[in-house]
Amino acid sequence: MYAPSFDYHRASSVADAQRLLAANPGAKLLAGGHSLLPMLKLRLAAPTALIDLGRIAALRGVTAADGGVRIGAMTTHADVAASPLLATSCAVVAEAASRIGDLTVRNRGTIGGSVAHADPAADLPTVLTAVGARMEVAGAGGATRTVDAADFFQGMMITAVGEDEILTAVWVPALPAGTGAAYAKFAHPASRYAVLGAAAIVTVSGGACTRAIIIVGGVTATPTALPSVAAALTGSPLSAESIAAAAAKAAADLGGDLMGDLFASAEYRRHMTGVYVARAIAAAAARAR
Amino acid sequence: MSSRIFGSAIRRREDPRLLTGLGTFTDDIALPGMVHAAMLRSPHAHATILSIDTAKAAKAPGVLAVYTAADTAPALKAMPCAWLLPNADLKVAEYPLIAADTVRYVGDIVAVVVATTAYLAYDALELIEVKYQPLPAVVDPQKSAKSATAIHASAPGNQAFHWKVTGGDADAAFAAPGAVVVRDRIIQNRLIPTPMEPRSALAQWTAATGELTLWNTTQNPHIVRFIGSLVMGVPEDKFRVVAPEVGGGFGAKIAQYPADFITCFCAMRLNRPVKWTETRSENYIATTHGRDHVQEVEMCGTTDGTITAVRGTVWAGMGAYLSTAAPGIPTILHGLMLCGPYLIQNVKEDVFGLYTNTTPVEAYRGAGRPEATYLLERLIDRFAHAIGKDPAEVRRINLIPKFDNGHPVATGLVYDSGNYHGALEKLMAHVNYDGLRKEQAAARAVGRYLGIGICTYVEVCGLGPSQVAGAIGFQGGLWESAIVRFHPSGKVNVFIGTKPHGQGEETTFAQIVSSELGVDVNDVKVMHGDTDKTPMGWGTYGSRTTAVGGAALAVALRKIKDKALALSAHLLEAAVEDMDYADGKFFVKGTPAKAKTIQDVALMANVAWNMPAGMEAGLEASSFYDPPNFVYPFGAHLALVEVDPVTGAIDVKRYAAVDDCGPQINPMIVEGQVHGGIVQGVGQALWEEAVYADNGQLLTGSLMDYAIPRADVLPDLEILSTVTPSPHHPLGVKGIGEAGTIVSTCTMYNAVVDALRPLGVEDVPMPMTPERVWRAVQTAKKGA
Repeated sequence: MYAPSFDYHRASSVADAQRLLAANPGAKLLAGGHSLLPMLKLRLAAPTALIDLGRIAALRGVTAADGGVRIGAMTTHADVAASPLLATSCAVVAEAASRIGDLTVRNRGTIGGSVAHADPAADLPTVLTAVGARMEVAGAGGATRTVDAADFFQGMMITAVGEDEILTAVWVPALPAGTGAAYAKFAHPASRYAVLGAAAIVTVSGGACTRAIIIVGGVTATPTALPSVAAALTGSPLSAESIAAAAAKAAADLGGDLMGDLFASAEYRRHMTGVYVARAIAAAAARAR
Repeated sequence: MSSRIFGSAIRRREDPRLLTGLGTFTDDIALPGMVHAAMLRSPHAHATILSIDTAKAAKAPGVLAVYTAADTAPALKAMPCAWLLPNADLKVAEYPLIAADTVRYVGDIVAVVVATTAYLAYDALELIEVKYQPLPAVVDPQKSAKSATAIHASAPGNQAFHWKVTGGDADAAFAAPGAVVVRDRIIQNRLIPTPMEPRSALAQWTAATGELTLWNTTQNPHIVRFIGSLVMGVPEDKFRVVAPEVGGGFGAKIAQYPADFITCFCAMRLNRPVKWTETRSENYIATTHGRDHVQEVEMCGTTDGTITAVRGTVWAGMGAYLSTAAPGIPTILHGLMLCGPYLIQNVKEDVFGLYTNTTPVEAYRGAGRPEATYLLERLIDRFAHAIGKDPAEVRRINLIPKFDNGHPVATGLVYDSGNYHGALEKLMAHVNYDGLRKEQAAARAVGRYLGIGICTYVEVCGLGPSQVAGAIGFQGGLWESAIVRFHPSGKVNVFIGTKPHGQGEETTFAQIVSSELGVDVNDVKVMHGDTDKTPMGWGTYGSRTTAVGGAALAVALRKIKDKALALSAHLLEAAVEDMDYADGKFFVKGTPAKAKTIQDVALMANVAWNMPAGMEAGLEASSFYDPPNFVYPFGAHLALVEVDPVTGAIDVKRYAAVDDCGPQINPMIVEGQVHGGIVQGVGQALWEEAVYADNGQLLTGSLMDYAIPRADVLPDLEILSTVTPSPHHPLGVKGIGEAGTIVSTCTMYNAVVDALRPLGVEDVPMPMTPERVWRAVQTAKKGA
């Protein structure tokens, strides 16, 4: 596995990275490398240069911010999974990070890398869409804009980040009181990517569900909301029967164009979506109570 | 000493260096002036080469040379096939090192680039312009037999061979009144061996003396020298092959490969050391695969549970060319085992070897025997179901009763020793079989689907008597060799011809020395893998290194003991007949206090101050051991699974094994071999499959797609054993490297089908992925 020749630059700051990006047409940002480097080694990608964001201290770390948690783009999956702040305010993000790849991948891969790469089989896009995360994107002029997760993932490996922009942080809100969230993952036995991943967030009040968000990934190009499932849950007691009835509506919400591969066909994924959505809802409901 | 060391679960002496990253593998070796080769491989499964233009690549930075068939064909012979099956209409198609006018699988070598770095070599590969005229491809062995696509002009109908085995009169048994017949069509999924270390070669040519050294990751360096010498014309005495640490082989490193000899060719042409190490992608398309059978088979018996006959036809995919030992795998090592451990009197099978536009197929852990055990065990479960008997009971009815010195079976083999009922009963008692069946019934009553798979097996290994090897067309011997050399200090070097590569013989062979002569295991160094330093030997495969090489060592040690006894008698001024030996000490009977230790004897033999008349100096012995028969390990395995019919997920709840490889030199190493073997076999059942598109592209070309088992997917394995010595082995031991793989695949299959039978499921194709299980359930529901 021999990558083609490329230049390597280590950025010292976001501004430095912006400068390097402008100066090196055809360059790619290196944010952990667990997706990019295999593509290089397979000679499926041949960027002229890699600009390594890994040493920019300002991009790393988990902090409390604006009623939620701000996660620097270069924070590793292992650090996200182990964050005490996330454990108390939005544990489902840590839960999803803990199930990415294996220990080596989690020690090197970063949240920013995963989110900006936008692999349909990745775990974090699904969960971040469900919790209503906002992505911080730094423009060439130094200005920063925020993009809601729901608008961020635009297609298979396509995001709202422009050619001259850099994803700098992911902000996730603290879950409101009475709210539980869970992520249920059907991992591919070889890659351990999500054949499908289901994220459920439910708020319970007075024994009934007052709000539900259901997002699935791995079956479509971008994370897909299942509004019929959410609507069926709202007002329900979140009993096993009501969860099953709601999850049964998942297939209809998915539309006709699902992904399929050797391991799991589109038809099977559609079937399994209902199963994993039910599991995620049940786990979220248990946490909400 | 013998009772303590032989049979002790001492830690592997290989592990400290391997676990701390200090092992030296082929790719770790760097020589002054070394340059790097990269192979241009065909992207087409079948195509005519119209033209090759290497001009741009030759001028690329760092490139020293680009060679094509035009360079290698005049200098090198084609790859030989080394298992020339007799009476099988064998058609060995020419297997060129570099394809000249036709490519026949994705991965066929078209050119080689040598450059100053591997990166530059790979860059230059992209500059070689090859024009192909694609041809239709065929990938399925059964379809290949009827395909209009001709892969080799010399093999009509793409048929590489047609081999037959018959014993008794199967047709008569099937025609008998009242015969209960069960039939099956089995796809033995094609597997990719996936050793942790990819293949690698480093060649050094010394022009002044005409000497070639090849460092190579191989299971059999002496065979590399033997065959490499034929291909390259370098005489054996000037061709040294060194296999350093080898990171797993599983059969794929038995084969000889074009890339290794092309690397040698480059070194000889350029007069510089040349290294080639395959990438994992290359390993997947161009290192041999395993299994790949389509089997249409049937079994018949009587309602009392007696199995009377097995009959069938096998289409075995051989890939684009016949790899080194390939023809013997689906034939000798498969068809001759169709009686299994049972009293089956009538056997008939036709095996067709078919060329396909795929990677060549070779031995893969078990090699032929899993494909036999699998079909038998699957048919027995169907038969048991057909006559309404418990599958364990049917096995009990048909197992060959205990024997300790020879049992002939219908295929012509003579099993050495067996206590098949003993293994089965021990397993059933361990798991409380009746209790498990009750648990299963209770679970079914509440809508949970537990399944129990139970299989018994015998396998043939410890290959094997050389006279038999010759008779079955194996182009070599199958003996093994050992030299034992005592130094004056009493320390010992053992030189063996075979090549351990993960099986732990540096430990177990030291234990043999220790138990035979009372030397501390830490005073024994076992040397292997260098053809200049070790005696000729045939390598590690067919679970033969301990079964044959260990016997060679034991015989050499007994020669040492005889000499030591004579020398110590002389030193003690006694007659040899009056001498005794115990725990490394030689003494006159009744006076152990005045003993000579083996170390004393080693010193006196080496200084030779006081030797008996006619005795040579030194304490060294060698043995070339040719076994009188194969060895036949056996056992019984059980899997307990729970299958979720809604998702198709299989939860392996228990796996228990009873294996019998005779006396165990090191039970920990035996357990490790069984453990690894089981997991590899379960891998075939549940996850692994090399999938080709119809156009011959490998769709599972990476570890992102091809799922090998990981530590978190199986429960703790319950590993037990019984001990039935081989009557003909000097130590009584049998091989154990492949047993787990041979039986675990069908054990898992039978468990899953057993779980789903109440839903009407009769079959789930392997690998039994969740979707395939789910589909089988859906199909059964529709049928119901």
